[in-house]
Amino acid sequence: MKRKFLLAVGLFAALALSGCGGGSDSENTLTVLNYGKYLDPAAIQMFEEETGIKVEYEEYITPENMYTKYKAGSIDYDLICTSDYMIEKLIKEGEVLETDFKQLSNIENLDPSYFTFSQAFDPENKYAMPYFFGTVGILYNKNMVDAADMESWDCLWNEKYSGQIIMADSVRDSFMAALKYKGYSLNTTDESQLLEAQEILINQKPLVYSYLVDEAQDEMIAENAALALVYSGEAGYAIEQNENLAYSVPKEGSNMWIDSWFIPKTCKHKENAEKFMDFLCRTDVTSLNFEYVYYATPNKAFVDSLEPEVQNNTTVFPPTEILENCEILKSLEDSATAKYNELWKELKSTD
Amino acid sequence: MGKFKRQFLAGPYLVWIIGFILLPVLMILYYALTNSGGNFTLANVLAIGAPIHRKALFLSLKLAFLCTAICLVLSYPLAMVLNNLRNKYQNLIVFIFILPMWMNFMLRILAWKMLLSNNGVINTVLGFFGIPSLDILNTPTAVVFCMVYDFLPFMILPIYNSMARIGRDVIEAAKDLGAGNPAVFFKIILPLTLSGVVSGIIMVFVPALTSFAISDLLGGGKVLLIGNVIEQAFMQEYNWNLGSGLSIVLMIFVIASMALMSAHDKEGGGAGVW
Repeated sequence: MKRKFLLAVGLFAALALSGCGGGSDSENTLTVLNYGKYLDPAAIQMFEEETGIKVEYEEYITPENMYTKYKAGSIDYDLICTSDYMIEKLIKEGEVLETDFKQLSNIENLDPSYFTFSQAFDPENKYAMPYFFGTVGILYNKNMVDAADMESWDCLWNEKYSGQIIMADSVRDSFMAALKYKGYSLNTTDESQLLEAQEILINQKPLVYSYLVDEAQDEMIAENAALALVYSGEAGYAIEQNENLAYSVPKEGSNMWIDSWFIPKTCKHKENAEKFMDFLCRTDVTSLNFEYVYYATPNKAFVDSLEPEVQNNTTVFPPTEILENCEILKSLEDSATAKYNELWKELKSTD
Repeated sequence: MGKFKRQFLAGPYLVWIIGFILLPVLMILYYALTNSGGNFTLANVLAIGAPIHRKALFLSLKLAFLCTAICLVLSYPLAMVLNNLRNKYQNLIVFIFILPMWMNFMLRILAWKMLLSNNGVINTVLGFFGIPSLDILNTPTAVVFCMVYDFLPFMILPIYNSMARIGRDVIEAAKDLGAGNPAVFFKIILPLTLSGVVSGIIMVFVPALTSFAISDLLGGGKVLLIGNVIEQAFMQEYNWNLGSGLSIVLMIFVIASMALMSAHDKEGGGAGVW
């Protein structure tokens, strides 16, 4: 949240300066835009030392923030990492350049099945290179809840846990839980289904401790709440910090997400961007980033080199049967997005 | 010639005003009065009438009033006590009040979040003495509390400044002429400190009204102020037109409150910090 605030300030400053900002086309640089805390800074330094390319590295919080930053147009990004449905939206808008992934020398390290998963938003695998993936589920404190309750989304509506539930302060994630609980698709645009989801989310509000994004894991580590709706990677990190915590993906199914790298239309250094993508596929670099981020990586060559204990950590590496029960978020029509936002705002303003 | 030269010195500030105040305001105006296709519309400004937005605006006004009132009630007596102390103590206490302002205000809010959380220091201490825990985090109470904490110096300083400027001879003269303590307060001190009170009120009310970071952090996403609605329109919904339209409405409220206040402050007096 604090970063969101800084980002807002930065965005306006960038806007004010957009008149003066000139591209430095001739220089050997690479401008990268990525989620916060999503790449080991040591990897960037390594890339700079090996190639002599100067990396300008920028971060954002949510895919929607990324879209705002990208569309503001004050910086020409060469390479961006973001989530499935946002890439789909940008592809539809013609903002993404094609990349021939076969040209990358290290691409074979990646498990092709994740390119198959990516076809949900990039049907011909022309645009996006998978980076990390995972699920959305419930991070809970074993001492504060009954683990059996965590098998179903029902736990988020259980009065037993009143005042101890952390929900996601993000439209799609919170609606996902409600829609899945009701047995609907998380990509639904059916108004009556959405209204039903909104209704149960409003009923849930008195039980909710707070709506958070990045800080949910910190609150759970500090044991300020009993359960939280989080991404699997956050859960993996939190469990490392506090052994009372555990993670579950409810049986009704959930969201599987893939974050990928793509080259946007604003790219001025395509060759450098491809070099960076190739660099990211190397097992030693993946190792750095995996240790730093702790999300599931599609880099099979690296995963095979891990201790069996880590490979079998189902929080970090979701088992296939769970993934098969999950849906990937699709980008919605503008009118549907507006509907989601409206319902969400109504929900947030309810007492 | 000399005059021209002196004006020239204001040049850098002029560039600053144009680049960082005037241009952004014009851009906000442009976005506020157009739709996504760039055509003229009043819909974004009128959107304040929508139930959600109206509710958020009323909540913001309510919390801002509450915060200003609490600050005023706390500051005025404090300023009086402060003013009666010996000079060296006065400076020390004023210094203590300013000290927290040296730290970034986001950090101070985050610190409060830690202190107030379920397992935070305050609740641990309360629990130790068997007192029921304080569950104010993620409620409007916590937001008002932190606003007061943050904005209190902005109320104390102008009131204290205006009080410090009242000469002792004025008060002694009043007493010589037979005024009792109540008369001295209502006829001398209060009127002479009014300008400080007015600037204090504006300096607290305006940031409290427009705040969104405090409600974001201490409201746990459950306290939706108009500032949060605007922030969401810009950052999450990519609807700059709506965000700008609502900003304009908020600006009107800010300007109106300032105009209202300065109408009561004809002499100016310069007690204000702003």
